[in-house]
Amino acid sequence: MSGAATASSGPGPVMLSHGRVELALHPLRPGPAGGSARPLLLLHGLGERSPRQVPEWMASWPGPVHALDFTGHGDSTVPAGGGYTAEILMSDADIAVGHLGQVTIVGRGLGAYVALLVAGGRPAAVRGAVLLDGPGLLGGGPTPTSPHVDTVERDPVVPPDPWALVELTRDPRPPDYATAFVRQAVQYSGLAEPITVCAVGRPPWLEAVVAEPGVRVARLTRLADALAPYAG
Amino acid sequence: MRPTVVTDPVVDYPGARRPDRFRTVVSSGVHLSVVEWGDEGAPPVLLAHGGFDFAGTFDVFAPMIAAGGWRVVAWDHRGHGDSEHTALYSWDADVRDAVAVLDSVSRDPIPVIGHSKGGALMLQLAESCPFRIERLVNIDGMPSPRPHPDVASHERTTLMTSELSGWLDWNRSLGDASRKPGTLDDLATRRARMNPRLPREWLRYLVSVGAREDADGWRWKIDPMLRMGGFGPWRSAWSLERLSGLGMPMLGLLGMVPEQMGWGAAPEELEPYLPPGGRLVAFEGVGHFVHIERPAEVAELVLEFLS
Repeated sequence: MSGAATASSGPGPVMLSHGRVELALHPLRPGPAGGSARPLLLLHGLGERSPRQVPEWMASWPGPVHALDFTGHGDSTVPAGGGYTAEILMSDADIAVGHLGQVTIVGRGLGAYVALLVAGGRPAAVRGAVLLDGPGLLGGGPTPTSPHVDTVERDPVVPPDPWALVELTRDPRPPDYATAFVRQAVQYSGLAEPITVCAVGRPPWLEAVVAEPGVRVARLTRLADALAPYAG
Repeated sequence: MRPTVVTDPVVDYPGARRPDRFRTVVSSGVHLSVVEWGDEGAPPVLLAHGGFDFAGTFDVFAPMIAAGGWRVVAWDHRGHGDSEHTALYSWDADVRDAVAVLDSVSRDPIPVIGHSKGGALMLQLAESCPFRIERLVNIDGMPSPRPHPDVASHERTTLMTSELSGWLDWNRSLGDASRKPGTLDDLATRRARMNPRLPREWLRYLVSVGAREDADGWRWKIDPMLRMGGFGPWRSAWSLERLSGLGMPMLGLLGMVPEQMGWGAAPEELEPYLPPGGRLVAFEGVGHFVHIERPAEVAELVLEFLS
């Protein structure tokens, strides 16, 4: 285990290997003793890191709560040379799913997009994904922006990785690409409504997601209610 | 881990010549292997290889261009050949690496030649940095409606659950990944699956420069993390629009025999997108690796175009 202990009294992160990257998975709260309730996995937004404590509106979740730092963020590895894609962050999330088993996911911004991808990629393991507003929700829009070659200052390297901030605000997110993941989740999860959208912001990919069968829309003021159907 | 360059291969191949110079360029912290053929004082031309290839695949073609009076500069893409294996791979990162190599050669616009994925990288570079490219040769790397097999996370919009979970499973299994060892001939046989039309002796030569010999056998140097195929949001139509906007002279070569690594672009599909003055040459009876199957013909066309 590496990485500093978090500010709260809880244990430090569990480090999980993803290729050459070590991902920090923070156990924010254990489940009740002897309980077998499903874990909740939090995915932060672009440029953020995992929260130190369980957000208040998730307090009613019956099981343990974990939060993952994406590659280049928080206590996870900042690799050299960039090369970020939303797909590789989906794989980050899947590494956490592989460690935790069946989970329900709550994602903010970029983490909301990644939550959708992994819900479609691992429909049997992801028991509900709740999509919230947050940094990185839009990405690069539905089509590529004008191509240009970016440069960033690399030294000193502290998270978040500037390459992540550059590359994950430019990745195209076509609506029909996003809906393909919704359909995977609906078809193979066995859940009637595997995706819940609480985000008020509606970039084109999310507008298309909301229009799909099997996607529930919940009000931002009733976040706890959004989570409740997945707690069973 | 960085592999070591081979200057004196154990296999000979007619016309193949290792580069005259070997050096390293650091692109945002990533060490790239750069090689050169020809007179150091000659005008430079950049050569970009395809996915799952490496600069050594130009060991016959590049000396022919050098003999025409050029300083030929090629590099191994990150994770390929003798370049560093990285944590992350992406299309934009490859384009940035190409710029870092260009920076090490000239700040003035120079001609570029790219095969397959390397050709498509050069198309993007030509749009994003037109001030760096004087003219452009694309060898069987022009966009088509078909998926591009040598480009990961690119171009698959039809999602299959097995494809998704297969890719995720692969990433979960990377902890102690290494390429499978074998004899030099084993590796040549495996390579023949990607290069079914290329001569056996050429594939053995490629092993001798693109693989290294460990105690338990030969291994390809390419990063074991890299995987063929994949998926992502990219659409060919976006690249086609890139083609029509090119402002510099452009020569496109197409191998007309379809094969696994090929991009399957047909001349009639591409013609509406050719920029003014752009030229397409289709090679009948030739596969995707046009410059390897017909090095002399391609070199002659390219030298004429560059002059």
